[in-house]
Amino acid sequence: MTFDTISRRRLLQGTAALGLGAALPIGGARAAATTIGFIYVGSRDDYGYNQAHAAGAAALKKMAGIKVVEEEKVPETDAVEKTMESMINLDGATLLFPTSFGYYNPHVLKMAAKYPKLRFEHCGGLWTDKDPKNAGSYFGYIDEAQHVAGVIAGHMTKSGKLGFVAAKPIPQVLRNINAWTLGAKLANPKVTTQVIFTGDWSMPVKEAEATNSLIDQGVDVITCHVDGPKTVVENAARRGAMVTGYHVNQAVLAPKAYLTGAEWNWEVLYPRFVKMFTAGETIPNFYRGGLKEEIVKVSPYGAAVPEAARKQADGVKAKLTAGSYVIFKGPVTDNKGGIAIASGVSRGQTDPELEKMNYLVEGVVGATS
Amino acid sequence: MSANHLRLPPFGPKFGGAAEYIVIPALALFSSLVLFGIFVASFGKNPLDLYFYMYQGAFGTWFSWQNTLTRAAPLILTALCTALPAQLGMVIIGGEGALLIGALAATGAALVLPSAPPLLVDVAMALAGMAGGGLWIMLSGALRHYRGVNETISSLLLVYIALAILNFLVEGPMRDPASLNKPSTYSVGAANMIGSIPGTEVHWGLVYGLVAAVLSYILIYHTVFGFAARVAGGNIRAAKVVGLSVGRLILIICFLAGAAAGLAGMMEVAAVQGRANANLAAGYGFAGILVAFLARQNPLAVIPVAILLGGINASGGLLQRRLDLPDASVLVLQGVIFVMVLASDTLYGRWSIFKGRAS
Repeated sequence: MTFDTISRRRLLQGTAALGLGAALPIGGARAAATTIGFIYVGSRDDYGYNQAHAAGAAALKKMAGIKVVEEEKVPETDAVEKTMESMINLDGATLLFPTSFGYYNPHVLKMAAKYPKLRFEHCGGLWTDKDPKNAGSYFGYIDEAQHVAGVIAGHMTKSGKLGFVAAKPIPQVLRNINAWTLGAKLANPKVTTQVIFTGDWSMPVKEAEATNSLIDQGVDVITCHVDGPKTVVENAARRGAMVTGYHVNQAVLAPKAYLTGAEWNWEVLYPRFVKMFTAGETIPNFYRGGLKEEIVKVSPYGAAVPEAARKQADGVKAKLTAGSYVIFKGPVTDNKGGIAIASGVSRGQTDPELEKMNYLVEGVVGATS
Repeated sequence: MSANHLRLPPFGPKFGGAAEYIVIPALALFSSLVLFGIFVASFGKNPLDLYFYMYQGAFGTWFSWQNTLTRAAPLILTALCTALPAQLGMVIIGGEGALLIGALAATGAALVLPSAPPLLVDVAMALAGMAGGGLWIMLSGALRHYRGVNETISSLLLVYIALAILNFLVEGPMRDPASLNKPSTYSVGAANMIGSIPGTEVHWGLVYGLVAAVLSYILIYHTVFGFAARVAGGNIRAAKVVGLSVGRLILIICFLAGAAAGLAGMMEVAAVQGRANANLAAGYGFAGILVAFLARQNPLAVIPVAILLGGINASGGLLQRRLDLPDASVLVLQGVIFVMVLASDTLYGRWSIFKGRAS
């Protein structure tokens, strides 16, 4: 095997593949094998946001006739446009999952307009009817799972002080903090949640500092909303605190300290989407759901969680799954003494007001700005 | 690094010397690729596949070329932010900060001109971006000249201040209230967006980068000002003795350097993002440092080096997808190249092949 023969053979293979990709009409390629591209903003094994999506991609790899190509650490710049195009041009991808929130505008929109026959599925729930019809954006009501985890946290705390390490004071994050705290208050009305904002999605040093400072203040159950909860979970466990996880199951990182957690369930949603796609059906452009739709799930409870806590949490989970339970139900007071949701007002999951959340509920120690 | 600049000839009359400046970096690059091939082989991947996919992903198709050039465009400008002050013997590594401030200034310029014609808005954005970035790096230069603050440290720390200013403005005063979960400024307006170079999908930032690099080269090697800068870079006391205004040189060069990075920031807003938000901090400023050092601080050499690094980044995706290599492997390659090129510095002037003709 000389260098020459191999490189020539590779070159021929590559050229043939390229020619094939160009020659095959988009629809016709589907029957043989569908190539699906996944793009992650961070690393695939971050025990967090990106790993959750990679788990979804892994579920697709088990399906027949599906080929998955993946690229990690793609920034939210024109680099992601080029990555999408590279997957389209060089790999023949016909369905793309650019999974980071910041990919959508303008990058996914631009590519969707440029390749009208291909399908773009973005995670974030941002699609509006002004956007291209071949683009879609899905998201999960993970605050439902956070609410259930909050019940467990409320049961387990001995000091009555909970801690939340959060990235930015944006509506999605505030909603998780509030849902978790409201859950904890079901178990113990006196609990407080100390929140620390780190300022960005992936700040391991600040996340570790925040975790330590929370524990120094007497906090004994911690959760977080950052891209990679690994730092928070490991640090909390090392300091003897308990944690509820986020994005994926982090029990392997802290088997004893891990109580439960709010997880994405992309390994259920993605095969559902891909079945629609290969069957020629249209994936809904705007797709959201929670526990009921199996887009989010709650981690199995840790060994430390007693029966009473499990029972109450399972009760809340069952009602959420049945769709007969509203987390944000008035009266809700914010932590400045104002009225966040008036008495008698019930804000169900799909209420657009919740998308604009700009307050922290009573019991949360911290400020949104 | 700095002591070498006076030895850099303007790619010209000394044929042997010029050949040396091509052959040695090429050798360094070649050995880096061989080393990286061994590294990849140790993970059980075929290095020949590696080289093929790298070629295919970076330069193998017209699409790959455009991918490479798109990624190279901001790097040429941010590399100049390090390469220009290097002529004065200064090591500025804060191009990222100048890029962010330039992007913010450019966005601000567009937002205060809501109904002006697009050409005027774009010119205003470019001027604001260059002024913002220029003043930012000039601050490092001034701190160095007037207060004796190390410019490497100050320019690096200014990056974090720039990032904090960006986050503050984007999440506060300049925020579009509709940008709920991705705090951003208002859009600069679709009509004001700068399109692509005709016949390609590469934005105009590439052309601005090429022009800026050529102008910088002329400025440094073919003007009295550039000569004065190189004299000051070679020996600052000698420069003062012959009556050169070193402070003025430092401030002007730092301004030009920052202006280049600021222009890169303006292009990110006007050609890519359409608004300012945290996406701007993508590390182009830091990648530019690498480009400048690999180009041995020569403004003209910045161009091929930026294209090379753009190509490595462009092919990185293909390596992940076809060979299942982690993203970090591209960083390993960049690191190997960096070390090899720096190490190859010791080879200059040692080979008689080049010496005979050079002298």
